[in-house]
Amino acid sequence: MNDALPSLALEVRGLAKRFDRPAVDGLDLSVRVGEFYTLLGPNGAGKTTTLRMVTGLLKPDHGSIAVYGIDALADPIGAKRIMAWVSDEPMIYDKLTPMEYLDFVAGLWAVDSSLAAARARELVTWLGLDPYAEQRCEGLSKGTRQKVALAGALVHAPKLIILDEPFTGLDAGSARVVKGVLRDKVEAGCSVIMTTHILEVAERMADRIGVMADGKLIAEGTLDELRHQAGSGHATLEDTFLALVAQGNVAQDTIPA
Amino acid sequence: MSRPGTIAWFAQHEARLAWRDWVSLMTAGRRRRARTVVLGFIAFALGVHGFAYLVLAPSANLSGVADAHALVVITGTLVLAWSMMLSQAMESVTRAFYARGDLDLILTSPTMASRLFAVRIAAMVVTILCVALVLGAPFINVLVWLGGAHWFGAYAVALALAMDAVAIAVVLAVALFRAIGPRRTRVIAQIVAAVIGAAFAIGVQFAAILAFGTIPRMAVLQLASLVNLAPDGGSPIWWPARAVVGDPAALAILLGVSIVALAIAIYLFAPRFGQLVLATTSVSRATSRPRRRPARFHNATPAQALRRKEWTLLLRDPWLMSQTLMQLLYLLPPIFLLWRSFYAGGGAAALLVPILIVASGQLGGGLAWLAVSGEDAPDLIASAPVPPGRVLRAKTEAVLGGIAIVFGPFVAVLAVAAPFAALIAFGGVAIAAGSATAIQFWFRTQARRGLFRRRQTSSRVATFAEALSSIGWAGTGAFAATGTWLAVIPGLFVVAIVTGAWMISPARRATA
Repeated sequence: MNDALPSLALEVRGLAKRFDRPAVDGLDLSVRVGEFYTLLGPNGAGKTTTLRMVTGLLKPDHGSIAVYGIDALADPIGAKRIMAWVSDEPMIYDKLTPMEYLDFVAGLWAVDSSLAAARARELVTWLGLDPYAEQRCEGLSKGTRQKVALAGALVHAPKLIILDEPFTGLDAGSARVVKGVLRDKVEAGCSVIMTTHILEVAERMADRIGVMADGKLIAEGTLDELRHQAGSGHATLEDTFLALVAQGNVAQDTIPA
Repeated sequence: MSRPGTIAWFAQHEARLAWRDWVSLMTAGRRRRARTVVLGFIAFALGVHGFAYLVLAPSANLSGVADAHALVVITGTLVLAWSMMLSQAMESVTRAFYARGDLDLILTSPTMASRLFAVRIAAMVVTILCVALVLGAPFINVLVWLGGAHWFGAYAVALALAMDAVAIAVVLAVALFRAIGPRRTRVIAQIVAAVIGAAFAIGVQFAAILAFGTIPRMAVLQLASLVNLAPDGGSPIWWPARAVVGDPAALAILLGVSIVALAIAIYLFAPRFGQLVLATTSVSRATSRPRRRPARFHNATPAQALRRKEWTLLLRDPWLMSQTLMQLLYLLPPIFLLWRSFYAGGGAAALLVPILIVASGQLGGGLAWLAVSGEDAPDLIASAPVPPGRVLRAKTEAVLGGIAIVFGPFVAVLAVAAPFAALIAFGGVAIAAGSATAIQFWFRTQARRGLFRRRQTSSRVATFAEALSSIGWAGTGAFAATGTWLAVIPGLFVVAIVTGAWMISPARRATA
């Protein structure tokens, strides 16, 4: 790995995965260091499959993935060390308390216990989990469980945070807390890639937005750039998104290099 | 088609669901397997009928005149069968309380839920009867063939026993709910069910050990001393046995009592099922009490973190713990035998070897399923910077550590009494648990830990391979403990089984 700080947090080239039909079809995607990137697309567009391949949960059929310059296919452990994955279904253990869960995750990432304990306490407070910190997760609400999962993703201080529909099932208060935490992480230099169906979240938080359909990136850019690509003037992101998806593959040729 | 909301309509609905569930279970969702399943059933039926013939043909008196010996043996068999039925009924009733499934839909609809529960209680009778008849029917058929049509009464007796078992199970489960609340009932009811199921079988073994100094058999029921102690032939205690051999009066009384018992249970408790089911909702929603001491962070390697996690999750789940350790209930007779052989200074300790090996294989398979297939956060583990090989090794260590904790004391005590047998037991326990663990790794399928009881349905190949490997290693251990070279034969058989399982496993296909 080069000593110089890479400019890209994630670089995906020609990524492909086929199940019954192509789920991801020759995808090229770049996310800059310190960028909040949101991936939009209709159901079945290939967003989750893409992110699962990036995090090493799925093996691609073709293509390359580099995380902060590390070839994630050749050195998956090296890439995983600096990544965190949060799915829409919180991956936590009912019989552990949030603090025990954070201790377990810190163990998986081999984080020093004193450092992990300090970070865990900070995260628990930050995410408003103090009242539940020593209760088993089995009785926690969906939103609280999602916050515990997010704390788990952050306890090993990842450089790249990948989230798949993190706001599903969150109430307004919890969603605001999570958004705040993610924004703070980006300001601290982390990169975030997130899929969402909540366009308002993408509109407010993303530095750049990618739109996928049928396994391909059909549009990419800032909100203004997307409006321009869609020819939708000052329309909302929702109008722009629907216009882009309707245009389908035509937009593929218009993505800026 | 019946009018919606009526008992007949619910019965049709339940029958359709049960049929589709059963077909899916048998064919694993592949229609092309149906022919194989049918052929398998025919082969199984022929095999069990052949076995029943071999067992029953030597019996001199099947004509229907039951002497004292026959009454004791038939009654003993009925008690054994009924204890199994009651155990299964307890499980079914408890499951009906806790399985959410479609209950939210039913309970929020304007229909009378009590009708559905009445149908479900009746369905339990049918299910339990069918399970009992899988092994019972061939014996009854052979008895009819050899002894005459009066043995058909045994089918009616089986139905009566199933009705009694369900009626009592409903009463027991509701009583447990009232007495200890929904949170504890789930665990306690499962334990009660297992103890009831095992009690008679284990009791007979205890009696046999006391009488003969060795394990098994129903032969203890034929002891002259037991027959002499039994009441005279006119006692009501023999009515079920008399009904089996075709006494119409005894059969009528038995059926009548059972129908009334089931009807009372349905009448009294079906309307209350809804409230009890709703009470179980609070079990999953209730928050646990906070820990008294805050969690301590550990400096751990990923492997240590994984091992600790597996053991913590198991220890904190009393239901899962009871399900896992229930397999060890059958170790009670060997413990007793061990104690007795010490007392008598006998050489029966070698008999323990195969039992320990079988139990370790079963426990190893269960723990491995929990660690591998029952992983609640597979994405978390897969996205961690830990090589998959190290994850598997850590989980294997967690499983084998659990096996060592359970079986270590047995082997240690055995080593004092019979060092050679202990050495064989040690090797057998390790290799049986290791084989079962490996099979679970090769056939892993992601599932919720709560589905532990249905783990066998995910892969029948894995289930049979695991069972055959445990039994095969037990046979190898049994021969080896007696110092005979014949141990090689079952040993090679198991190696072939385990190798065959690997050859057809999804894990091999993935690495090929």
